[in-house]
Amino acid sequence: MIKQHYQSIIVQTICSLLIPFIQLFALYVIFHGHYGPGGGFQGGVLLAVSIILQRLYLGTKIAHPKFPPKLTMAFAAVGLLIYGLAGIIPMAYGASFLDYGSLPLFWVHDAELRALGILIVEIGIGLGVFGTLVLIFDNLVGERW
Amino acid sequence: MRWLNALIMLLFVALMLYATVGLPDHADPQAPANVHVSPTYIEDTIEDTHTPNVVTSVLADYRGYDTLGETIVIFTAGLACVLILMKRKGNDKATLSKHHRSDYM
Repeated sequence: MIKQHYQSIIVQTICSLLIPFIQLFALYVIFHGHYGPGGGFQGGVLLAVSIILQRLYLGTKIAHPKFPPKLTMAFAAVGLLIYGLAGIIPMAYGASFLDYGSLPLFWVHDAELRALGILIVEIGIGLGVFGTLVLIFDNLVGERW
Repeated sequence: MRWLNALIMLLFVALMLYATVGLPDHADPQAPANVHVSPTYIEDTIEDTHTPNVVTSVLADYRGYDTLGETIVIFTAGLACVLILMKRKGNDKATLSKHHRSDYM
């Protein structure tokens, strides 16, 4: 149980400085997956790490209201739902499962639309991994919420 | 008996080593895995998906079904963790010992 926040001022300052940059780098990893190493899984893990670090140094009493544990399950489920809908919606427009070229975004065309579909799917994966990892951490800590 | 086990293990190792002779060389461009669909993916990825990173286009577009399965696996692992570790009402030590005192004494 992490009831109290960490007493050392060095740890508090460094962690509070570090967390925004970790989150920014996570977003970069997710959105830059088209051009370099990275993608939904890695970016999702980085986002989860930023929240877990916050819980470690602030203690669950202060950190839980900042990011409620009940939201994590919703994030994981919404991520999976985004991926699933990106697969099922093209089927309603006559294409095959997960054919992003037929997503109903009519102002984008073939290859661009497929790139956009990859981005949508990566965001879904990122949300899913993020929610799942924070969820596992919250349950391992074992505090009632 | 122990020697028999060792002999079987050695035979198995020999069989595996023999099987590796038939594998294609490392990074052989004519290997069966490299002439089937990989050239199409590598050549058409810019044209098809406007994605310079072939890994991303294979992972999320050409092989999207596989990645969907991976995401479901991660989500299911999280759900299993919740089900095992979740604090339920009857899961506390106090209530447990109240109800199952005979188990502890």
